[in-house]
Amino acid sequence: MESPVVAPPAAVEREIAVDMVRRGLLVAPVVVVAAGAVRGWNGVWSASIALGVVLVNFLVAAAIMNRAARSGPTAIGAAALGGYVLRLAVVVGALALLRHQPWIDLPTLGIVLVGTHLGLLMWEMKYLSLTLAAPGLRPARPGSLGDR
Amino acid sequence: MGLALIHHLFLAAAAVTDNTKGLTAIGRGIVYGGAAIGPGIGIGLVVGNAISAMARQPESAGVVRTTMFLGIAFTEALALFGFVLAFIISG
Repeated sequence: MESPVVAPPAAVEREIAVDMVRRGLLVAPVVVVAAGAVRGWNGVWSASIALGVVLVNFLVAAAIMNRAARSGPTAIGAAALGGYVLRLAVVVGALALLRHQPWIDLPTLGIVLVGTHLGLLMWEMKYLSLTLAAPGLRPARPGSLGDR
Repeated sequence: MGLALIHHLFLAAAAVTDNTKGLTAIGRGIVYGGAAIGPGIGIGLVVGNAISAMARQPESAGVVRTTMFLGIAFTEALALFGFVLAFIISG
């Protein structure tokens, strides 16, 4: 009896995160300029920092999950919850450090942080729902790593 | 007597200010805590179900992990909402 051949885990998280970072970098100038037009230079700095936090957060989450996927499902569970706590601690630490800076505009920082996070996720989900439902329609991209 | 009354009023006003600060800190703590606990439970559910799906169908692990990663990120957005709101409220 042949045992089923299980392929090594593809780096799907990394692929998703890189996708989102690419899209985030595409929309970043628009977001920063819009924030600057509404709130001035403080808005520009705040929007830039919020975008950086969101994109780095995605990349770190993907790196943690990717690493854990090589070790098995238990490691995935531990990494997901441990990574969540760690990343939130870093985000809260960054916000706590920045919020008293005179050049930080907290409402802009918060709106861009949450808006970009959700917006990039919705964008990626729209792309993924199409490719999962109809894999044949998936656009070919150079450097694509795994099956999604 | 009058001076003592004014002194007491000042002390009372200071106490009220301190209470406000304290209540704000308590409120911030509640918002932080609530914003972290809910997504923590949610992520636990997402990951738990994803792991059992991968155990049942290892060949679909890639799709499951993709959906799981997005689910985790969406759930985490709730925590970000709470934290940002707490920071904005507390000023």
